[in-house]
Amino acid sequence: MMNRQLMLVSRWQPFSWSPLEEFQEEMRLVRERFAADNRPALASSYPPVNIWGDRDKVYAEAELPGMQLDHLEIYVTEGNQLTIQGERRQRELNKGVWHTQERGFGSFSRTITLPVSVDADKVEARFEHGVLLVTLPKSETAKPRRISVKAE
Amino acid sequence: MKNSPTIKKEQRTELAKPEVTPGLCYTPRVDIMETEEELLLLADLPGVKREDVDVRFDNGELIIDGRCAPRHEGANYLLSEYGVGDFYRAFSISEHIDWQDICAELKNGALTVHLPKAETVKPKKVTVKCE
Repeated sequence: MMNRQLMLVSRWQPFSWSPLEEFQEEMRLVRERFAADNRPALASSYPPVNIWGDRDKVYAEAELPGMQLDHLEIYVTEGNQLTIQGERRQRELNKGVWHTQERGFGSFSRTITLPVSVDADKVEARFEHGVLLVTLPKSETAKPRRISVKAE
Repeated sequence: MKNSPTIKKEQRTELAKPEVTPGLCYTPRVDIMETEEELLLLADLPGVKREDVDVRFDNGELIIDGRCAPRHEGANYLLSEYGVGDFYRAFSISEHIDWQDICAELKNGALTVHLPKAETVKPKKVTVKCE
């Protein structure tokens, strides 16, 4: 009895997917989903993304400074998953000594499940001043439909 | 990606009256490299336009100042992982710099500042004569 309790609170999990890990994953998703109002959520991966929506569209914005467009790929799959992937490369530079290196480089891939389904054919993306803005129009079935109430 | 923001930033106007800029101020991430000819500084300033960035070299201190107006204010956020605000960072440069030849370019939100070294500090090759 004592042994089993200890195993639950320790970090070592004997099986690859335990109920505790699943619960932690669910909590992380809930936190991410509701983190807004000037409290940035902790970005689980690169790039950090802001998502907002209005009645007809969902917008996703990511900051990718110094990114070259031919190394950037954006996909929309399954009607509601947005994938941003690519490779951020350091500029070609002459030989020198690095004093400070704070910016990260390399390939990245991030898939975000949107709360509504979007029309993949009408998705537009713009990259300006290092900021990528993806505009995803909601699919017709996802738009709110007003139901009229009949009075007796 | 941005580091943790400082709260407010003071600006000096022409009347020498301090004016507090509302909004958050972020510290941009920077890479610094030194070659034989120059010091190269690369900073990430996403969302900053060319006319909103200010690079000053003043008495051995290099100051990078980027203004970035908040985008999409009041939007109904579903996920918010970063904030939008101004950038500010200052560096002390100990090398002797030809300050007249400092040039900078801003492309896709990445700022590159070239600080050419003064002739006196460039490494000079010494030829070895054989007797």
